[in-house]
Amino acid sequence: MSVAIIDYGSGNLHSAAKAFERAARSLETPDRIVVTRDPDVVFRADRIVLPGVGAFADCRKGLDALDGMVQAMTEAVRDKARPFFGICVGMQLMATRGKENVVTDGLNWIAGDVERITPRDESLKIPHMGWNTLDLLREHPVLERLPLGPKGRHAYFVHSYHLHAANEADVLARADYGGPVTAIVAKDTAIGTQFHPEKSQRFGLALIANFLKWKP
Amino acid sequence: MFKVRVIPCLDVKDGRVVKGVNFVDLRDAGDPVEAAIAYDAAGADELCFLDITATHENRGTMLDVVRRTAEACFMPLTVGGGVRTVDDIRTLLKSGADKVSINSAAVSRREFVKEAAEKFGDQCIVVAIDAKRVTRAGGSDRWEIFTHGGRKATGIDAIEYAQEVVSLGAGEILLTSMDRDGTRQGFDIPLTRAIADSIKVPVIASGGVGNLDHLVDGIRNGHATAVLAASIFHFGEFTIREAKEHMERAGLPMRLDP
Repeated sequence: MSVAIIDYGSGNLHSAAKAFERAARSLETPDRIVVTRDPDVVFRADRIVLPGVGAFADCRKGLDALDGMVQAMTEAVRDKARPFFGICVGMQLMATRGKENVVTDGLNWIAGDVERITPRDESLKIPHMGWNTLDLLREHPVLERLPLGPKGRHAYFVHSYHLHAANEADVLARADYGGPVTAIVAKDTAIGTQFHPEKSQRFGLALIANFLKWKP
Repeated sequence: MFKVRVIPCLDVKDGRVVKGVNFVDLRDAGDPVEAAIAYDAAGADELCFLDITATHENRGTMLDVVRRTAEACFMPLTVGGGVRTVDDIRTLLKSGADKVSINSAAVSRREFVKEAAEKFGDQCIVVAIDAKRVTRAGGSDRWEIFTHGGRKATGIDAIEYAQEVVSLGAGEILLTSMDRDGTRQGFDIPLTRAIADSIKVPVIASGGVGNLDHLVDGIRNGHATAVLAASIFHFGEFTIREAKEHMERAGLPMRLDP
């Protein structure tokens, strides 16, 4: 089985690849992790990972700069039902639109806009940077055996915008930061986390391992 | 619930930890990667490397340290020291750093912060501020920015500077009191609070930690969102876990994942 991590110039590629390699080694039959800019490799992969840090519009531009990549991703996920994992801005790109600085089209896999977080408590800092717990809205195989909730494990966040999903059913988990922040979205064979599993120590590696085992 | 961060900081010179790390049985107490792995296992919330390598030629060794750390540790890593150009940042991020901290290069040329934030995003640009209390003739005290390890005065007001770099795109401020650094008397609370209350991005308090109450003080009274310390952790005086449990007993929200 191969896992394609899309290389479109995003800064956290190295960390993401290393975390997937580590998580893969914990499996009985380790997946092959491939970092790639080649749409054909993505189209043929068994699983697809879209990392991302930086601004929404820049990331979209980077993705579009790889000729045929968006089409390859979309066909693999939509038509071939390949499992997909979006991380941080990679997750935000799953939305209809991004509204960071400028309005930019997303992939429109999850109906909703990416909007600035606005904590009610004005003393809370932006970015939302650090560790937060997750409140589960619905069960999902990728979250299996992971203790969540106020007394559960923590995930590492760094962001100022989040995906405001139009349909609550697409949201798997939220964090609280002076109000609800979308932490995990999922629809069909795609999942996305606003936080960085590749930076969330054991919890993050366990979540990645669950993704690699997921057979939707 | 959102948690307070505890960040150990390692000074690295020519690829080696300055003075070594003695809190756990390490094969090589001077290897920053081994120290990083131990802090990862100990539940540190982030890790900070400060490269104090003097020569340009030896800077490459830091990239190797960062690369090996990122292969073994799945936690946020900030790297600072000698970051002067957009290329410096790019190579550090590519090697596996999540954030870079900019110090004197931002003092001498503010636009660098803007260029860096536009290129890589606010979230990975930390501006390190070294501030010292200055008494002006006939005037009231204020804090000014110092460079070169606190030796060189710049005459720049620390609060105004913090506001300026945030407006240019700094995503976080690493604030060190040069009056307190190395004294073990605790953070400069009035300084920390003055800066934290005047900007919207997170402030990491640094400089002067001698006991665990100081960590509590930095958050509760200094209004910092994270605390950074070096010697109290490196020399085994306190573990990260002890620090976090102490802070939790004091009523602060802490991450104590197994």
